[in-house]
Amino acid sequence: MTPLLDVRDLIVEFPTRHGVLRALDHISFSIAQGEILGVVGESGAGKSLTGAAIVGLLTPPGRIGGGSIHLDGERIDNLPAEPLRRIRGRRIGMIFQDPLTTLNPLLRIGRQLTETMRTHLDLTEVAARERAAEWLERVGIPDPRRRLDAWPHEFSGGQRQRVVIALALCAEPELVIADEPTTALDVSVQAQIITLLKTLTRESGVSVMLVTHDMGVIAETADRVAVMYAGRIAEIGPVAQVIRHPAHPYTDGLMGSIPTVEHRAERLRQIDGSMPRLDAIPSGCAFHQRCGFAFDRCSDEQPGLMEAGATRAACWLRAPEAAHG
Amino acid sequence: MNSPALNPIAASLRDFLHGDLVHNFRTSPVAVVSAVVALILILGGMLAPWIAPHDPTDLASLSLLDSFKPPWPSEGSDWFNPLGTDSQGRDVLSAIMYGTRVSLIVGFWSVIISVLLGILAGLTAGYLGGMADTILMRVADVQLTFPAILTALMINGIVAAALPRSMREDVQLPVIIVSIGISLWPGIARTVRGSALVERNKEYVLAARVIGVPAWRIMLSHVLPNVIGPVSVLATLGLGGAILTEATLSFLGVGLSPSRPTLGTLIRYGNDFLFSGQWWVVIFPGLALVLMVLSINLLGDWLRDALNPRLR
Amino acid sequence: MFAFIATRLLQAIPVLLVVGLISFALFAYVGDPVSIILGQDHTEAQAKAMIHQLGLDQPFFVQFARYLWGATRGEFGISYRLAQPVSLLIKERLPATLELALTATVISIAIGVPMGVYTGINRDSWFSRLFMAGSLIGVSLPTFLVGILLILVFSVSLDWLPSFGRGTVVHVGSWWTTGFATASGLRALILPSVTLGLFQMTLILRLVRAEMLEVLRTDYIRFARARGLTNRTIYFGHALRNTLVPVITIIGLQFGSLVAFSLVTESVFQWPGMGLLLVQSVAVADIPVMSAYLLLISVVFLLINLVVDLLYYVVDPRLRMTRRSS
Repeated sequence: MTPLLDVRDLIVEFPTRHGVLRALDHISFSIAQGEILGVVGESGAGKSLTGAAIVGLLTPPGRIGGGSIHLDGERIDNLPAEPLRRIRGRRIGMIFQDPLTTLNPLLRIGRQLTETMRTHLDLTEVAARERAAEWLERVGIPDPRRRLDAWPHEFSGGQRQRVVIALALCAEPELVIADEPTTALDVSVQAQIITLLKTLTRESGVSVMLVTHDMGVIAETADRVAVMYAGRIAEIGPVAQVIRHPAHPYTDGLMGSIPTVEHRAERLRQIDGSMPRLDAIPSGCAFHQRCGFAFDRCSDEQPGLMEAGATRAACWLRAPEAAHG
Repeated sequence: MNSPALNPIAASLRDFLHGDLVHNFRTSPVAVVSAVVALILILGGMLAPWIAPHDPTDLASLSLLDSFKPPWPSEGSDWFNPLGTDSQGRDVLSAIMYGTRVSLIVGFWSVIISVLLGILAGLTAGYLGGMADTILMRVADVQLTFPAILTALMINGIVAAALPRSMREDVQLPVIIVSIGISLWPGIARTVRGSALVERNKEYVLAARVIGVPAWRIMLSHVLPNVIGPVSVLATLGLGGAILTEATLSFLGVGLSPSRPTLGTLIRYGNDFLFSGQWWVVIFPGLALVLMVLSINLLGDWLRDALNPRLR
Repeated sequence: MFAFIATRLLQAIPVLLVVGLISFALFAYVGDPVSIILGQDHTEAQAKAMIHQLGLDQPFFVQFARYLWGATRGEFGISYRLAQPVSLLIKERLPATLELALTATVISIAIGVPMGVYTGINRDSWFSRLFMAGSLIGVSLPTFLVGILLILVFSVSLDWLPSFGRGTVVHVGSWWTTGFATASGLRALILPSVTLGLFQMTLILRLVRAEMLEVLRTDYIRFARARGLTNRTIYFGHALRNTLVPVITIIGLQFGSLVAFSLVTESVFQWPGMGLLLVQSVAVADIPVMSAYLLLISVVFLLINLVVDLLYYVVDPRLRMTRRSS
């Protein structure tokens, strides 16, 4: 079956005074219909950029430098502005991180909902308003009809994010990219929002690309997960496998640094060093300088994703000819 | 020769010359061109008493026979007065140079005054807070609603009315300088105050206070360096504004006396002769004025962008 | 909302009192009204009579109170220069200045706002760059020079428009005169209002542009794009609204510079308004006019500030939240 979203060898680069920096380097992954793919990684790993590149919202001077993006079999990365605009919202929805700044403070939320729907669906103002109220109810806003005329600042942070979810889904897209949807919220509210997102998307069979740095959220919600490091995918596979049997040393380090009830250790494991900056990415495998298992090949060649049991990892340890130096 | 005391100064000078700001300057054609133009005008003005071809203030050298010569290369002109002469036979070029000189002196000193006042007020308000802050800022707010020209005009008028006629000529220059300077202090004060507020809460300042370092010392060595950047921008833009204000006051007839012509007065008198076709008496001084203010404004804009961390 | 107005008015009173005090101090203590009115040669007796007539022998507070009381009724004393009641002079001149200011404001907004929006949206087009360069020059040109240049081109060379005066004016109501009603009045209005409006216009243009650029960088605009809204909706349904809110208030506050530049414009064009009156008065130290002007202008400024604050309150829904606790 054709995957809903297929990203192949995506390259995103930033031309600067000091040369062209590669922020995303040969990113490849796919999302099936109705699937939730988690994208996890540290700040700066390129998670948000991936989402932005998919819908064509890279902030200049960022640009796509290679590769291709396919939506339901059709190529979308090279589309001109107008067809791309029609895809946004209608076929791919987006949820941003900070609900405080995502909603226009000078427009009532009912208006923001109806204009989105009327842009993509053929509805009258009255019908759109009716649907807007339904959406508010679906995302759990009490007294929806009255709240249509409310201003964004009249909602709490969690409620605002619910509104944002409604806005992302109201044009009935096939895929939703959720970029750190809970990071800016109180811990107590985070779980509610994630559950809401999961419920709504499962109900309508919408695929989700869930970007976050919170492994816990991924574990609860996603079907598969992609681990990103320094603009590359380190490992990708079913959630349970990646968590329990990580195939990439970085993923292993990540899992070890998460406190759990089961492990009774005195200290959390920590990976020495830090993720390299865009202008200082090491040759070969980006992780080799911090990796306890590195050997010659790691600094020479950049590994692509390789089969490693149930998952795929970009690590020479997993190479078919497993050559240890 | 390299005394130990000189070396740190030489070192920091060297650092500055290789630093970001100078690099930014050299790579910005606008900044370089404006600086060059401004420099030419400033030098031409300040050195006027020595390099001007004629002395427009020397009444004895004026002859009505020379009046209204058009600029070179029109008919009836000569190289002697390349930009022509005015109604009294004054050489326009020399008058412009002397006028620029006065405008620059007034502008420079008013900016100095406003910077001093502004820093003093801003530091006091920001660092000491409380009643001093409220009062100072209220005064600044009220004054800000009045445009500079109005304030300067009013002060000028009041002083002129309060003093007996005999004293008026002597104090005119300082009065103008002070009145323009006063009109500019609120902007600087607010910026300095903002900075002072930020610094006041920082830990190293709290530590210094605990040790017992006197307040003025803290303000001078910690707040002041942080404020130099924005104040420089305001001072540069303020210089342009001060020159314009002085020219406007002179044009309105409430500036300096006619015996010491500034660019504004030249334009004022030339205005009367527009209809008879002697355009050069107005246009050339006007051109000099615009070029000077424009280049200063461009430099100020460049400086503001260069110092703005967000745009780097 | 009414509490808001009330507090602002209350805050304004001390400021007004202070300004009144300054005006009055000017009026009473600067210069020598006796000599000016009676001339240099006057007898002791004449001086005494005049002092009594002007009420200058009363204690300070009495004089101050009388001054303020007179001010509220529109009486500001007698002009030294013209020997006429100041209030009369003001009535004659006020319509001229107000009509000029109004026209200039309309022109500056009508051109400044659309151009600001355009250059904000299309920042790199050659037309935008041209306009931006022009606006920079506009800020560096002194108003009087602009007026003179316009006169040079349109009056001296082309002889299309008059270079001084108001043209024919029509009396309306008990004391208002308008230049809007006649062709010559309208023609006379063109050059001065363009001159006055030019500086305003460049200011508004740069402001609107800067705001627009800021707004287009925000998260909510990005989210609007992510929802696939059309450019039209984004620019005019969203961005414009957010841009204009701070701009409205700044336009109101700009009234101050309008007053200042009307001084210059009226001088250049010999426009018989308040500004010309003030300039002529300062030149001869005509204190009553100066202090009346000061007081009036302060009142107007305070009113404008109040109106602007109200406008902000009306336009930005976030400000109304202060009393809600939801």
